[in-house]
Order: sequence, then C-alpha cells, then structure tokens
Amino acid sequence: MTAPEPLAATSASPPPAPQRTKPRESASTWPLVDRIGLSLCWAAGIALCLVMGGILAYMAVRGVQYLRPSLFFESPTPEQDQSKSGGFLDPLLGTVLITAVGTLIAFPIGVATAVWLNEYRRPWGLARAVESGVEVVAGTPSVVLAIFGLIIFQQSYFGFLSLTAEGDAVLGRSFFTAGAMMALIALPLIVGSTRAGLQQIPDHVREASYSVGKTKAATIRRVLLPSCRPAIATGTVLGMGRIIGDTAIVVILLGASLQLQSVGDVPGLSTLKGSGSTLTSYVFNNSPAGEGQSPEKAYAAAFVLLLVVVALNYAVNRITSREAPQWIR
Amino acid sequence: MPPPIKRIVVDREPRVVDPPPPGPGGNGTATPGVLAHSPTLRRRHSSAVAAVERMAMRELSIAYGEKVAVNSVSLPVRQGEVLALIGPSGCGKTTLLRSLNRLTELTPTARRWGQITLDGEDVDRVEVTHLRRRVSMVFQQPNPFPMSVFDNVAYALREQGARKPKRPALAPAVQDALERAGLHSEVADDLDRQALRLSGGQQQRLCIARSLAANPDVLLLDEPCSALDPISTEVIEQLIVRLREQVAIVIVTHNLQQAYRVADHVAFMYLGDLVEYGPVEQIFHRPAAKRTKDYVGGAFG
Repeated sequence: MTAPEPLAATSASPPPAPQRTKPRESASTWPLVDRIGLSLCWAAGIALCLVMGGILAYMAVRGVQYLRPSLFFESPTPEQDQSKSGGFLDPLLGTVLITAVGTLIAFPIGVATAVWLNEYRRPWGLARAVESGVEVVAGTPSVVLAIFGLIIFQQSYFGFLSLTAEGDAVLGRSFFTAGAMMALIALPLIVGSTRAGLQQIPDHVREASYSVGKTKAATIRRVLLPSCRPAIATGTVLGMGRIIGDTAIVVILLGASLQLQSVGDVPGLSTLKGSGSTLTSYVFNNSPAGEGQSPEKAYAAAFVLLLVVVALNYAVNRITSREAPQWIR
Repeated sequence: MPPPIKRIVVDREPRVVDPPPPGPGGNGTATPGVLAHSPTLRRRHSSAVAAVERMAMRELSIAYGEKVAVNSVSLPVRQGEVLALIGPSGCGKTTLLRSLNRLTELTPTARRWGQITLDGEDVDRVEVTHLRRRVSMVFQQPNPFPMSVFDNVAYALREQGARKPKRPALAPAVQDALERAGLHSEVADDLDRQALRLSGGQQQRLCIARSLAANPDVLLLDEPCSALDPISTEVIEQLIVRLREQVAIVIVTHNLQQAYRVADHVAFMYLGDLVEYGPVEQIFHRPAAKRTKDYVGGAFG
C-alpha cells in the first residue's frame, strides 16, 4: 500500500501525528490485579514456547546424531549388539499401516455420525445418547480401549481378524484389531470437526437448495459436505496425529513383535491380520524406560516421530487457512 | 444569519400522501406530492401481458406453537405482475412467503391451516420437491453454493444429487437462465470461477438465475436487496420488473420505496393480519385502512 498523497494546500506543513498512548503507559495505569494477570498471560505463552522449543531442540540434537539413512531401510532384529540390531523400517511401516486402517474406519463413521447428529437428530433421545457416547469415547484413556478391544477381539467369532492358535484360541492382536480401536480415538475428533463445519453453514443455504427442489440427501451430498471439506480434513488429520502418537493400543493390541509378521497367505490381508510394531512401541521398547537396549535408536525413532507429528500439524494449519465458504448469516 | 435549525417533532401526526391525479394507470415517472421530491421513481410500466392468477391463498393461517404468525389471509398471486408484501417486522410476511413453497414445514412447531393452490391444485397434493421447483425462493442473504458459477445454475437442472448431465448438454439452459437474470454478460468469460468470489449483487443475481433455471411458475423473493448496495439494488429491481411477465413474483420487503418502485399489487400485513390488499396506487395514495395510512404515511411523510 502506498501512502495517500498529501493535499496540495497542506503539503508544506504535514499535520501533526495524532497523539496515541503507548501500550506500556496504558498498562501502567491499570489496576494491579490486571497487570499481574497480563504478566501471567505473557509468562504462560512464553513458557509454553520454551518447553516446546526445548523438546524440539533436545530431540533434534539427540535424534539427528544417531540418525542414519540405513535406519530407514533395515528391519529391526533382536540382537544385543547394537551394530547388528538393524533399523526401524518395520515400525515405520507399522505406523503407516495402523494409521491407514484406523483412519479408513474412523473417517466414514465419523462423518456419517456428524451429519446425522447435525442434520437429522431424530429421535432426540438417540441423538443425545450418541453425543454423550462420542464424548465418553473421547474421554476414555486409550489403554482402557485397548483392554476392551482385546476382550472383544479374542472372541472366537472375530477369529478371522487375527491369528488363531492351536485349539481355537484367538490371539486378538493384529493390525485389524489395533486399527479398529485406533479408529475410536480418532472418531471424536472427526465428529467434532465435521459438526463444527456443518454448524458454520447458515440455514438459508440449506433452504436455498430445498427451494430449487432438492431433497435433504442431495443437499447434504452436493452442498453441505463440499462446504465443510476443510473442517472434515482438519478433523481427519488431527485424528491421524492421535493414532500415530498412541502407544497403549499398540503394545496391547498389536503384539510386541519387532518385525511385521504375516498370518495366512493372502498378500496384503495377511499383513493386516498379522502383528508388528510402530514407531511409538519401538521407542518404548528401546528407550531406557522400556527394555533399554538401544537408547540411540530410540532417540532417532522419536525424532522421526516428532517430525511426522509436526508435519501433520503443519498440514492442519494449511487446511484451516484454506478458505471455507463464507456466507452472511 | 445562523443556519436554520432542523426541528424534529416527536409524535407528529403521520402525513398522508396526496392522491395522484386521475390518469391512465398512473404510471408516470414523476408523482406529485411528497414522492416528487423523493428519489422514488416508478420502474413499472403497464405490463404487456394480462395478469393470470397462478397461486391463491384461502384463509391461510400459520402458527408456531401457540403463536399465530399468519391469521386467515386470502391473497391471489398473479403472473404478469409483482405482489409486494409489506408490514412491520414480525408481521408474518416472511412466514407467509415461506409457506407458499412449504418451507414452513421444516420448522417442527409450525402448523398451517387453510388452502394454498398452485394453478388450482392444492400444494399439499404436489410432491414437495416438484412444488419447490415450480415455486422457487430467493433469500435475504446471497447464498450461492461453494461451486462454480456454471454448477450453481446447473444445480437446479440436475437430478437430485447427480453430477450429470454433463456440461455441454446443460450449457444452453444455463446461459438462458444467466441471461434472464441479467448476469450473463458479466460472467460469460469465465463460468468456472467460484460463485462465492462474485460481488454481493452478482451473487444475488446468480441466486435468481439458479432459481430461474428450473423454470419456476412463481418466484418468491424474501427481502432480496436488504444485504446489497443501492446500485445492485437498482439492477435487481429492474430485473424483477422485467421478469414479472415470465413468472409470477412475490416480494417481501421492508423498504416501502422499493415496494412502490417494483410492485403492481401490495398487501399490507400487521401482526399476522392482512390489513389491506390492492393496487400499489391505492395502498400508497388512497389507503382505506387507518393502519395502512399510518404505516405508509410514516414512511413517506
């Protein structure tokens, strides 16, 4: 922007700048309580930034010095000698797999739930029950979900989802079962974000669609869902972040095998029926807090994990900054 | 000499406008009396086609729960002329308008009595999506859908949620609707641009084009200019006057000048009652009811 040209008559002596109180002076006239409050707000923000910066810097220093390209391409092996124990190819693939399974299950259910809650809500009692159900799932610790999942998926009629041992004992641990429980922790985020997106759309937009003779279903499909696409994407990416970062479900429901272990001989399906590990369980098992075999590799893997999560956050920012349609209310 | 002081007189008797001189239809551009000094010019001219009744309300009442919003209103809606609904806020104008294409049914507490007919057929007997294609509505706020200009207009032409028929098959109909809404020359160079990137006035004309694409018999306009600037308002008013020969038009407006400019018949509503219905000259110049006189006089006096 260019400054407006001064008027010819006044160009000789520019008008004096308007007097403004400096923010600092303004705050000095505040009551003491308000000034303490303001300083606390500043302190809280800066402290959070310092903690985040500290974690990132520490992980970068510890992680990068142990990070080798070979770590990405070698499967882990249970060796005491750290030079032979391989990399984290399998945990990396496991993270990708379990995120994919969890998201694929959570996405359609979450979007459908949000649409039903926001657009239909009938009967009212059921809608309230679904709402509190979603809230309860959102508040349940993932370790509880994991134990619950183990009980469910060890039932014999879920045997097709995981390894069935001798004597018809169902293991209940596989990418399928862990992914299904992971879907539960992503679900509330997708439901919440989609509902927020739908609530942003004013009612007259729906009525405009009905007014050219469209049904509710057509309106949802062609107007409402496209309008809240950024919101749905945000919820999904946030959900993926939760799945990637979760450890309890992996440890309990995926088994602790270092490498991907297939069950059955159908390509792809056999991997999903089998067990494996993810970056989180790899970090846990290798860190000094866990089995403590190789903290170096734990740091490297943790650094990769952190990078993935930061990248996802960046993606969320990009999506939310993309313009959602704006109407006058 | 000091500048003249403007006096504001509270509780003054509302001034009633003089009746127009006897003349053919009274459709001159300059009207004597107060209107001559106001920027209110008639856009109307005698319609080329004779007015044909398309819709009729008989003893129409609508209530939200216990609150009666529309009380036993009977009105005709004619093609070839514009019917304006005027009245203070909360008088039931918009409710009446929304009942014409059964949008009131979306409000769970709303109940309706009386009869509404479209070409002699009870609207309750017409399948609702079919009815809404024939009686289409444009809203107060411009609300194009988040898709291209072309797809917005084509939306009304396609079957429910379908994306087909594809563009070539629909292009003539879309162009026709955009031309009727007076928007085609402004958007013809790029029909793929996002509709929400248009200006407010263009968005509103796009919404009119979207409604016109389905070839409705009746077009309902709910304060279509209240979110727009004066120039866009003028363009849309001219459009309304032009369109009235093709479709029957009902417009709800808070702007009495606008009602005067575009309407042929005016219905004045107050607290759910239809106080007076008649040609625009009667309502604005020779109102029969005291309440009409007060309302119209208050606006113009």
